[in-house]
Amino acid sequence: MLLIRCPHCGDRPEVEFRHGGEAHLARPPEPAALSDAEWAAYLHQRRNPRGPHAERWRHIHGCGRFFNAVRDTLTDRFLATYPTGAARPDGTQQGDPA
Amino acid sequence: MSAPFRTHQGGRPDRARTLRFTFDGRTYDGHPGDTLASALLAHGVHLTGRSFKYHRPRGILSAGPEEPNALVELDAGPGRREPNSRATMVPLRDGLLARSQNRWPSLAWDAGALTGAAAALLPAGFYYKTFMGPGRAWEKLYEPLIRRMAGLGRAPAEADPDRYAQRYAHCDVLVVGAGPAGLAAALAAARGGARVILCDEQMEMGGSLLSQPGTRIAGLPGWEWLEVALAELRALKVRLLPRTTAFSYGLQNMVSLAELPERAEGPRERLWMVRAARVVLATGAIERPLPFSGNDRPGVMLADAARVYALRYGVLAGHRAAVLAAHDSGYEAAFALQAAGMEIAAILDPRAAPPADLLAEATGRGIRVLAGQGVARSLGGRRVTGLISTGGERIGCDLLLMAGGWTPSVHLFSQARGALRWDAARDAYLPDTAPEAVLCAGACQGSYGLGACLAEGHAAGGGHGAAPGAQPGREPSGMPTAQAVAGAAKAPMAFVDFQNDVQAKDIALAVREGFRSIEHVKRYTTNGMATDQGKTSNMVGLAIAAATLGQEIPAVGLTRYRHPVTPTGFGGLAGRHRGDLFEPIRRAPLHGWAEAEGALFEPVAQWRRARAFPRAGEDLHAAVLRECRAVRQAAGIFDASTLGKIEVVGPDAAEFLERLYVNPWKKLAPGRCRYGIMLREDGFVTDDGVVGRMAADRFHVTTTTGGAARVLHMMEDYLQTEFPELRVWLTSTTEQWAVIALQGPKARTILEPFVEGLDISAASFPHMSVAACRVMGIPARLFRVSFTGELGFEVNVAPDQAPALWRALMRAGAPHGLTPYGTEAMHVLRAEKGYIIVSQETDGTVTPDDAGLSWAVGKAKRDFVGKRSLARPEMRRRDRPQLVGLLPRGTVPQEGAQILASPGARMAEGHVTSAYWSPALDRPIALGLLAGGRERMGQTVYATVMGGAPIAMEVTDPVFLDKAGERVNA
Repeated sequence: MLLIRCPHCGDRPEVEFRHGGEAHLARPPEPAALSDAEWAAYLHQRRNPRGPHAERWRHIHGCGRFFNAVRDTLTDRFLATYPTGAARPDGTQQGDPA
Repeated sequence: MSAPFRTHQGGRPDRARTLRFTFDGRTYDGHPGDTLASALLAHGVHLTGRSFKYHRPRGILSAGPEEPNALVELDAGPGRREPNSRATMVPLRDGLLARSQNRWPSLAWDAGALTGAAAALLPAGFYYKTFMGPGRAWEKLYEPLIRRMAGLGRAPAEADPDRYAQRYAHCDVLVVGAGPAGLAAALAAARGGARVILCDEQMEMGGSLLSQPGTRIAGLPGWEWLEVALAELRALKVRLLPRTTAFSYGLQNMVSLAELPERAEGPRERLWMVRAARVVLATGAIERPLPFSGNDRPGVMLADAARVYALRYGVLAGHRAAVLAAHDSGYEAAFALQAAGMEIAAILDPRAAPPADLLAEATGRGIRVLAGQGVARSLGGRRVTGLISTGGERIGCDLLLMAGGWTPSVHLFSQARGALRWDAARDAYLPDTAPEAVLCAGACQGSYGLGACLAEGHAAGGGHGAAPGAQPGREPSGMPTAQAVAGAAKAPMAFVDFQNDVQAKDIALAVREGFRSIEHVKRYTTNGMATDQGKTSNMVGLAIAAATLGQEIPAVGLTRYRHPVTPTGFGGLAGRHRGDLFEPIRRAPLHGWAEAEGALFEPVAQWRRARAFPRAGEDLHAAVLRECRAVRQAAGIFDASTLGKIEVVGPDAAEFLERLYVNPWKKLAPGRCRYGIMLREDGFVTDDGVVGRMAADRFHVTTTTGGAARVLHMMEDYLQTEFPELRVWLTSTTEQWAVIALQGPKARTILEPFVEGLDISAASFPHMSVAACRVMGIPARLFRVSFTGELGFEVNVAPDQAPALWRALMRAGAPHGLTPYGTEAMHVLRAEKGYIIVSQETDGTVTPDDAGLSWAVGKAKRDFVGKRSLARPEMRRRDRPQLVGLLPRGTVPQEGAQILASPGARMAEGHVTSAYWSPALDRPIALGLLAGGRERMGQTVYATVMGGAPIAMEVTDPVFLDKAGERVNA
């Protein structure tokens, strides 16, 4: 079981959290302006990197807040957790899509 | 009773005390400190079971957790029957009752053994190749037959009466294995001030020290040092967990341990989930058997196991042993056994030139060594009586020992995602690097000398200065297993995996048939797939596969070690999460009333809802018809408390709902309600419910019963991550409001006298109104809404006030025919009106238009979640499945039945989503999703019937009753 550091509450066991998919995917402000292909890409296309990956988590059985985390998909090691809206920390570059 | 194979003295068991136990109906005795296996061997009992596939007689192979053969059933009374217990790991206790498995009528005379006679006809993949057809023969004939023939223990049928515990623990250092390396690690870590947990799967700590009484550590005899070390660990507050198996290594050093507490009271098993800053693995090594014909006969045993039985338990596994020693440790075992009083018939060493020092010692002891020779086959029936050497010599013996070298126990290290490297000198895979904070010490990384084990443990525990001293011991060597297995593939009944009855020739056959990956060879032959996970068979099987492929072992690879490394009881894993505690049951505030009324309940999400209230003599169908008629003709009362409720509050609340729901909200006046539909971003309906505007900045949102948590999560997601600028607060209020629905033409008449501060007449409180008021003096939110098509109200009050109000309404309504109704009548009533139920009429692929709900979508809205997806060409096709009404002829179709255009059509064009007998129409009705359905009104389609003729149905509008809505607006 993973130990996850909620930016608001500290280290908590994995069972208190819910995974929320890839991070830093902003909903387009004008969806109607997008082509079908662009919209489909926003809806469905996700990176699946081998290595550091920025993803959303929610401390659903704790403070209830969403936050972002960079996790190495190879080792399951968390490199950083940070509040929603904050930029991805330096030194946690994206892994290679695999 | 005398135990003829017990030595005169020595060993760990407490000979002053006697325990009696029963195996297959015969009573034996033993001592505390014995295992079931050692106590049986003390009485000369080797035959303990029949094998899985061929029903061959099997005996005790090992002295430890790797045991593949001696699996017995322990019976401690109803619900306490435990199959597949390894006799080598069962501590003996007084009154223990054990039985052999997989035999009929008896262990000695087993009818299934005929399979063994036909073994030549049962090669690897036999089942895949043979039991292929015809169609249903597998489930009707083959599978039941194979299941009866092949199999291990019987699972208990009764409920388990015992208690199981689970515990989380944290420590600085977790040491797995309390042999010399683990003890040295725990001592070093604890002396340095670390919080330490030390666990070991045996009933007694000490590991290999327990079978080395003659050794010396730090100037003390080995067993004395062990006492001193354990006493010091206790004084240092180290948590000592004997009888505790580390069976799973999870992420971030979370290791799961299964403890079998010794106390009779208390939990039967305890699951420990230990989070350790550092883990030291001192898990030892397992001896390899060797494949030759009849290497599975009772009396054929691992050489070190025989040494352990003699020196730890004071039990000689035979009177006269022959030793097949492809590794030096076979000599050590032979010398130790001879010293303990066993006759050594011969040592057969397949190496042409065994080490000179061992040869010299054997000669000095008068033991004959046959260099360059192996065992061609064992002799005997249900017990070994001798062997034929590869040189053709016949040697008599009642014990045949195998020393095939050692396999370090790297299972847990591998689960820690540690990489393994092949070490040719030690002929084994050894731990290399791991991403977790884990260190190995001793035999599990190929260090077999006592001095090395102590030094490595001391270092792994973070020790300073010198480790506890011991003689370094000689560096052992052996014939590589890939050489030692040569020729085995041609030998009949040369077993590799004893538990799954896999022979050397099966592995060679798999390779010949084209399987190259060791993972595929494993699955095709089932080598290493039994409950022992191949602890004795993996490396031997790998060596045979490599030899057959003409490759080196590291080129062939290694299979993965699954969780659990060692079989673990289900009880500990389940802990207290069983019975009533398996999953919480949510009971609405009026549950007690419904229960007292004799309601039938059904599970809806975690709730239990009253399905119907049958009266004496009524079945469910009759009750539902009566309840429906009451609602249409008079009035019904319904507990709608399980509806999800979310309070959406804030200056931007309307703007937030505008973005989350398809409907327009900004112009909805306070005091009014609207039926809301929520989509996912992909355009499909995910939830629906009535939303009431309580004030300009406050909405009372209802969701489906099952969707409450999902909807709140989705709302929070958008609010926190996409629209953080909106000033909105979301609160789940599902359990803050009990909801009593009054539905039917008399609903207003019954309710009106209770309402204070509100005129609920049709003119001033029309359909889809909401207001705060008092009902029977209780603060309430009163909705005028309907899910039945009748004049209806939903009274929201605090849950603790709800039962009193419910009873008062029942009393006041009785003269008017007020009738409680359940979810089944609710389903029928709403279907007569064509109201959908999300997840019944929808399945995650239904758009608002598909469901006939386009009218609800705010056409002028620039955006809402899911809107862009609705514009995709696929979503606008005219032949999408659309909600229609169906008028079945004669009988009610099955919900989920496929809809066909003609009775014999091969292609379905939709499916029935809801189907009932309608009391209002006095005929069957159904709702369904039908391709292009709205353009097919009046057509006849057909619902499939399992094993019967399809039911003809006329396509019609989904609103079957009161299309103008006069009743609901009354």
